[in-house]
Amino acid sequence: MIKACIRVLSLLFAVSVISFLLVSASPIDPVQQYINGLGTAVSPQQRAEIEDYWGVNEPPIQRYFSWLGELLHGNLGESAIYRRPVGEIIGERFVNSLALMFCAWVLAGVIGFSLGCVMGMFQDKWADRILKKICYILSSVPTFWLGLMFLLVFSVWLKWFPIGFSSPIGVLDEDVTFGQKLYHLILPAFTLSLMSFANIALHTRQKLVDVLHSEYVLFARARGEGRRTILLRHGLRNILFPALTLQFASFAELFGGSVMAENVFSYPGLGSAVAAAGLNSDVPLLLGVTLFSALFVCVGNMIANLLYGVVDPQVREVVE
Amino acid sequence: MKQKEETLLEIHDLSVSFRMYGQGLEQEELRVISDLHLTVHPGEIVAIAGSSGSGKSLLASAILGILPDNATVRGHLHYKGEELTAERQRQLRGKEIALVPQSVAFLDPLMKVGKQADGHVKPRPVEKRKSLFRRLELPEKTEQFYPFQLSGGMARRVLVSTALLVDAQLVIADEPTPGMSLNQALEALKLFREMADEGRAVILITHDIDLAFAFADRIAVFYAGTTVETAPASDFQKGPDALRHPYSKALWSALPQNGFTPIDGFQPYAGNLPEGCLFAPRCPYKKPECERAVPPVREVRGGEVRCYCSV
Repeated sequence: MIKACIRVLSLLFAVSVISFLLVSASPIDPVQQYINGLGTAVSPQQRAEIEDYWGVNEPPIQRYFSWLGELLHGNLGESAIYRRPVGEIIGERFVNSLALMFCAWVLAGVIGFSLGCVMGMFQDKWADRILKKICYILSSVPTFWLGLMFLLVFSVWLKWFPIGFSSPIGVLDEDVTFGQKLYHLILPAFTLSLMSFANIALHTRQKLVDVLHSEYVLFARARGEGRRTILLRHGLRNILFPALTLQFASFAELFGGSVMAENVFSYPGLGSAVAAAGLNSDVPLLLGVTLFSALFVCVGNMIANLLYGVVDPQVREVVE
Repeated sequence: MKQKEETLLEIHDLSVSFRMYGQGLEQEELRVISDLHLTVHPGEIVAIAGSSGSGKSLLASAILGILPDNATVRGHLHYKGEELTAERQRQLRGKEIALVPQSVAFLDPLMKVGKQADGHVKPRPVEKRKSLFRRLELPEKTEQFYPFQLSGGMARRVLVSTALLVDAQLVIADEPTPGMSLNQALEALKLFREMADEGRAVILITHDIDLAFAFADRIAVFYAGTTVETAPASDFQKGPDALRHPYSKALWSALPQNGFTPIDGFQPYAGNLPEGCLFAPRCPYKKPECERAVPPVREVRGGEVRCYCSV
């Protein structure tokens, strides 16, 4: 446990160093961005004062450590485009994103796992062949394109779902009902889940195929167990753990996919914030989101590791 | 017909081949069992002895009907005088015909041993299994173990217990003894002996020939996927003159206590079998007809043999 925490911290440290270096090396001028955001003219003298105040002309290592110091005090800086503390923006956006990612994550897991089981049980039969092709197509299609197609078909043509945003237009925030939020969530969540469920389905299929070809399933058959019994007694037991690990390790893809999906559906989550920050050279927000997403993905992987130790008797016994 | 009623299992000219893709898209037929002949009577232990890679384990799968999809089976299997169809195999396996597999790999790695030994039948035969475990010297706590926590010998005893649990009429034991101490192996074989004495039949697939000699009634010598000779176990104790097939004689002479003398050559590869007798390429008594056609099964001095030369 302590080891895992140290690993997370050292990873975050590395991410902070690298992202800081990348930003320093990029042609983005944070002072200019800040001035642009002010909306008033600034004289060269005032500009120099800002630069002095921010420490732009200090050596990079010193700048890095003063940034890190603020970071450790919980100060992520102020966003240049939103004019609000970065921590606050991340917190607020993350709640939206979390709802979206969680729905997509559960959907992808459930659909992917069940489809994988069907494909594995009917290996090389027509059901498997068709589903496998669908999975290959889905995993090669980019999310944003799929999102656009869904918008076109379900929102524009069929008018089943709203075009975008997380709540209806023209309604005050406090008046938005849970149902309305959910309604706005369905299409983006489904799009996002399509990205990873094909992957999960194909992995589950392969794992089940391996299990069904194992010697212990051969013995189960020799003892008179039927296909159904074998799936329930041995199949699920042996494919569930790898599937769970995969599920938690998919946080990275999920986060990456949410950037696309949120932009296509104009969904106000962390993903669209990072895109906005990138496009508008909002350095503090960009760095903040980078660190946060690293933490998010890392926690996912850590859960996957810990979970394996909890549920798999072979790993559990070794640890004990 | 009379004989069929007395036998429990009768195998005639059984061949098993696999379709494999060779180079390119060419399909290759791998014949792993060829023209196999075997009869098993109630109350006896028939040992199937042969070197590894001779198709012994696949014979077990063929009898149980659990060969992979790409396998083709030809020939006749009769169980209790009736044709053993796929449907009948499905009904009988795990109930009347039981398998004792080779190793711990045949146990589900994520299921506790007790639950696994009980099998999928409901209600779980917990009491019976516990008493079997005691009899096989498996400690009480074994049932709480996962397969990876078992020693090789313990795993085999658990596997043996599964066959005893269902009161099978025919038990096919695939290498049941390696990894056990001599005492444990003797105990396991004693159990098989008891089963046979109660009127069941046991097919003991093994390469531990000494143990086979001691416990089996008859020994079928397996070579390149066929039984070249089936003889009473006592013939193997008498020596090569009592045996019928040149391979059986060579096998006898190759045993450590009989001089350790090997013969030249290798067992032929399943994809490249000779036309006639499978042993012909290595046989010192080879005659021209041996290379033309597979010799028929003949009764010679109370044993069955596939050879033109034996008298």
